[in-house]
Amino acid sequence: MSSGYVLRLYVAGNAPNSMKARSNLEAIIRELLDGNCTIEEVDTLRDPARALEERIIVTPTLVRVRPLPALRVVGDLSHHKIVVDTLGLGTKQ
Amino acid sequence: MATSRDVFQAGCSASSLAVTLKKAPSPSQLKMPTGIAGLDEILRGGLPRRRTTVVVGGPGSGKTILALQTLVNGARLWNEPGIFVAFEESPEQIVSNASAFEWDLKGLQKSKLFFLDARMGPDMVKSGEFDLESLLAIIGEKARKIGAKRIVFDAVDALLTLLDDPSAQRKELYRLHRWLQESGLTGIVTAKAERAFAVGSPGFSNIQFMADSVIILNHELLNGVSLRDLWVMKYRGSGFSENLVPMSIGPAGVEVSAVSRIETQVPVTNKRISSGVPQLDEMLNGGFFRGSSILITGSPGTSKSTLAGAFVEAACRRGERALYVSFDESEAELARNLTSVGIDLRPHLRSGLLVVHSILAEGCSAKEHFNNIRALVEKFRPACLVLDPLSALIKSGGEEVAQSVSERLINLGKSKGITVFNISLLGSPDQQVEATRLQISTVADSWIHLSYLVLGGERNRALTIVKSRGTRHSNQVRELALSNAGISLAEAYMEDGEVLMGTLRWQKEQAAITGEGRVQAEVKRQRLKIELSSLELTSRLEILKREIKVQQAEMSVLMRTEETRVGRRAHHSAALVRKRGGIGDRAVLVRS
Repeated sequence: MSSGYVLRLYVAGNAPNSMKARSNLEAIIRELLDGNCTIEEVDTLRDPARALEERIIVTPTLVRVRPLPALRVVGDLSHHKIVVDTLGLGTKQ
Repeated sequence: MATSRDVFQAGCSASSLAVTLKKAPSPSQLKMPTGIAGLDEILRGGLPRRRTTVVVGGPGSGKTILALQTLVNGARLWNEPGIFVAFEESPEQIVSNASAFEWDLKGLQKSKLFFLDARMGPDMVKSGEFDLESLLAIIGEKARKIGAKRIVFDAVDALLTLLDDPSAQRKELYRLHRWLQESGLTGIVTAKAERAFAVGSPGFSNIQFMADSVIILNHELLNGVSLRDLWVMKYRGSGFSENLVPMSIGPAGVEVSAVSRIETQVPVTNKRISSGVPQLDEMLNGGFFRGSSILITGSPGTSKSTLAGAFVEAACRRGERALYVSFDESEAELARNLTSVGIDLRPHLRSGLLVVHSILAEGCSAKEHFNNIRALVEKFRPACLVLDPLSALIKSGGEEVAQSVSERLINLGKSKGITVFNISLLGSPDQQVEATRLQISTVADSWIHLSYLVLGGERNRALTIVKSRGTRHSNQVRELALSNAGISLAEAYMEDGEVLMGTLRWQKEQAAITGEGRVQAEVKRQRLKIELSSLELTSRLEILKREIKVQQAEMSVLMRTEETRVGRRAHHSAALVRKRGGIGDRAVLVRS
């Protein structure tokens, strides 16, 4: 069974911050998780109802959906260490 | 929708002027009423529609209440749904805080009022820059769905503190501003006036730069009494009242007491009404003028309240409504005491012609008293109003405030044609000084003074008419007698020769004392008047100084924006030059 990280990235179309977040997230996953991770992307501009439901006030926001508990980081993810530490991505071997 | 509008457009006055010329819209298209009576008067109709108003004030100054009340009124009175975006408190908290007001939030929340919890929390983890696009997408969608016309961004300072860098703060404020401009909604943005947003600070200039109007709220405690006021600092493209006005928070929410221009226009009447004491009417050459204001001064126990009781009783017998505001007696006490001197208010209390409003002076601030009394007056519409004693206001907020509030009360009465009976308690032996303490002796049309006289081993009450505008009145001092048949004024001491002599001597002395006292009082009044006007000038100067500072800050933001724009254009033309391989100069000329 895979380690099964599920991450969800909320973006606002192709806003500069959102573009940066995409590429930063890709880099983090390549480095640490060896690609062993599922990423969902939600465009809040296209699906504001979902953004409301999940209370995504600012973009970009990255949520660790699995494993629980759900954890969040906001921003363009340019500080990789903060992202990794907050979402506990490094602890899983 | 003005989607093409430049984000960096410095102001909206030019575009709104264009609109005015093209269509000449009705005021309601340009203004959005807040539904807060005094405030709409000050704003000459309401907030700028489809524009942004910033409300700045310290903690507890009533920003959230004012903003929410505007949404609630919009939904209830004009069927304009609203959205409330909460950056600091949870919507549950806000709703529960507001449940004390008569607003029916629960009912409105079903379809006309939407609360968005936009709190980020202090535990939010940041990694790099972020923006508000998601929030704006959410509320944009919601606004379309419910057909919102009004929106509140509450405690925008809480949001901005999460953006630690000032340029990021400015960027998000611009984003918000642009969104508001394009949305067609009327926005209210509240911000705490602390540190970063203190009036005059760079943060404040940023936020007021995006605003078409700015309202500043103040709240302070003076001798343990709460004083609130409101000031409209700017309003692009509209006239407004620039005075600091008292504000209070009552059961309906925020109340603002604007002395409007109409209110000070006094309807003049020649009709006279009875004082309730036939002999006094005689002395006054027929009674008081209807709609005038009467001042009664005297030490405790000189039967000032009795005189007021006779006055309202006579009013009720004529079938008029009367409001008796008592700062030191309950309705029951007042009725009992007056019954003992033959003035029976009970039938009028039962019939509802007479309302006794009994309040504790220290209970709330003088300004709140004013708003409460004003609300009562507007609801009950009395023909006669008694304020017993008006001097009690001094206890609730100091002399200056009490003075301005008592003047407002008198003006309120005059504007509505109400005859106002003001009682002023004179505690100190230096009565003339005391009489001028509230300065109402100059505003009042008639001034009756009650005192004690000790004659032949008796303490007798005496009544003097100090002044009565537009009336030939008796200058005689009369003896006021109370019996279970009511008040009577005796034609002073005519029968007994001996007493007459004493009375004559006393009258002479009294005339001399009163004359000297009047001179003294006049001198003091003039001095106070000058002091007051120089105080007013000083504070006006202070406001002007602040205004200059604010304008300078606004100017520097404008300059910076202009620099950016010029810089961009230079950059843009340089790029053009590069693209076109060096023939750029002409291209730039054509472009610009």
